[in-house]
Amino acid sequence: MNNNLIQYIYGIADNSLILGQRLGELCGHGPSLETDIAMTNISLDLFGQVRSYFQYAAKLIGGDATEDTIAFLRKEREYKNVLLVEQPNQDFAYSITRQFLFDVYHLLVLEELQNSKDETLSAIAKKSIKEVSYHTRFSSDWIRRLGDGTEESHNKIQTAINDLWIFTDELFHQTDADKAMVAEGIGVDVTLLKGTYFKKVNEILEEATLEIPTIEYFQKGGKQGIHSEHMGYLLAQMQYMQLAYPNMNW
Amino acid sequence: MSEHEVKNLEAIFDARIARDEKIEPKDWMPEKYRQTHIRQISQHAHSEIVGMLPEGNWITRAPSLKRKVALLAKIQDEAGHGLYLYSACETLGVSREELYDQLHSGKAKYSSIFNYPTLTWADMGAIGWLVDGAAIINQVPLTTTSFGPYARAMVRVCKEESFHQRQGFQIMMTLAEGTPEQKEMAQDALNRWWFPALMMLGPTDDASVHTEQSMKWKLKRKTNDELRQQFVDQTVPQAHMIGLTIPDPTLKFNEETKHYEFGELDWDEFWQVVKGHGPCNKERISARKNAWDNGKWVRDAAMAYAEKQANKEVKQAI
Repeated sequence: MNNNLIQYIYGIADNSLILGQRLGELCGHGPSLETDIAMTNISLDLFGQVRSYFQYAAKLIGGDATEDTIAFLRKEREYKNVLLVEQPNQDFAYSITRQFLFDVYHLLVLEELQNSKDETLSAIAKKSIKEVSYHTRFSSDWIRRLGDGTEESHNKIQTAINDLWIFTDELFHQTDADKAMVAEGIGVDVTLLKGTYFKKVNEILEEATLEIPTIEYFQKGGKQGIHSEHMGYLLAQMQYMQLAYPNMNW
Repeated sequence: MSEHEVKNLEAIFDARIARDEKIEPKDWMPEKYRQTHIRQISQHAHSEIVGMLPEGNWITRAPSLKRKVALLAKIQDEAGHGLYLYSACETLGVSREELYDQLHSGKAKYSSIFNYPTLTWADMGAIGWLVDGAAIINQVPLTTTSFGPYARAMVRVCKEESFHQRQGFQIMMTLAEGTPEQKEMAQDALNRWWFPALMMLGPTDDASVHTEQSMKWKLKRKTNDELRQQFVDQTVPQAHMIGLTIPDPTLKFNEETKHYEFGELDWDEFWQVVKGHGPCNKERISARKNAWDNGKWVRDAAMAYAEKQANKEVKQAI
């Protein structure tokens, strides 16, 4: 069993799992029917990707592991998503900013991951690129609209950008498993994506007439399984059925 | 237009419907036809979007990834149905904002069943199986209704609803074949949803105010009681097949009529819920109203941005 590969997969797939879960909370509560449908659609895409990653991880783990034991039965410290994706849905400005800051990163990662020596990861990346290109377009368009819309929307989205900016640096951190996988030609070296990421993000912020935050202190921890206080509650809901009714088929 | 001319138009209009021709938005139509369609189609659209809430209550807690994805997709379909139905309604000269206002103020109704709470995962099965099952029985005849946009929307809606109904039944079947706890969960859900589902098909014929006119306009092909009987006859054998018990001790099959006979429904409860006093009426409306009110700044920004973009294009063109 290649533990580094499994940890590497968690590092990628947990981002989609936790962000999908956050988006799922919004279903039925969107600012318009059209955005509601679009956000649910993004959530669906992310969960679809999670299933592919976890089915693969389950095969690597062997035994009784399934996509569901991986998704629902790990302890909080074993989830390796970045802090950004677990941040709560305070309002549409936060939800769409979180989405935007993640989407730009996600697309860059997938574009590299499609060249992975691991055929399964490469195939999942190829399939996901199309979906995530759409997510990026959707969230970037909303950043432009809200930034260059009304004064109220401009202020709200600027606040969300400022508040969530502290979570962007962690996107480019590497765990030991990440480094091992990069060395084997399986993983993506995210440190190389940082320049392109901020260039792309800053371009959209400028088009949206928004200020690029000048923040020097960042938060990290998610990639090491050290999450925010929000994470426990998110998992409490997500794991509820599996914990209350263990070992059953649904 | 003189009274005589209107009468003439009405006669032509009635004849078109009798010949099964579709009425399109730009065609002349009696004001009552327009109003009745706005009322019914918007009520239907509201039911779709309010109906997202009780199921949305279980997205974050779905027991497996597969079920979570299926539930999200189902709710997204409902949002899509809401969207076509609001659009069909808008062709009758009413705006979506007005329709939402009617929902939020309580002036417009939606299917009363969505005022019941979803308490366990089995409720996702029961809603798909029973609520979507009853909805299909109500809606299939509407695929041939006289108003074109409504009829066409219903073709797609019914296809998707029948998929949802099978999906719901499959959730119930999995539970019924599962552990004793799961089977109990399924039976409990059936116990709670059975009678509200029967009442979804509307008041008894003697208490239904809209039937006669609606039959003429093909908004209805069968009476509420006929539809209810069809639902019971179709659903009881499905419950038996998966080993669940219909919570009606008086239920029996009549060999002569070949129909199931069932007990009295609690119409007092029905009217209580319809009038706004069900278990979740207040939560449902306030969830919709909050979504709309909290989203105002987002919609305003989108409009302001679109205007700015249009102005830029005009300037560039000059």
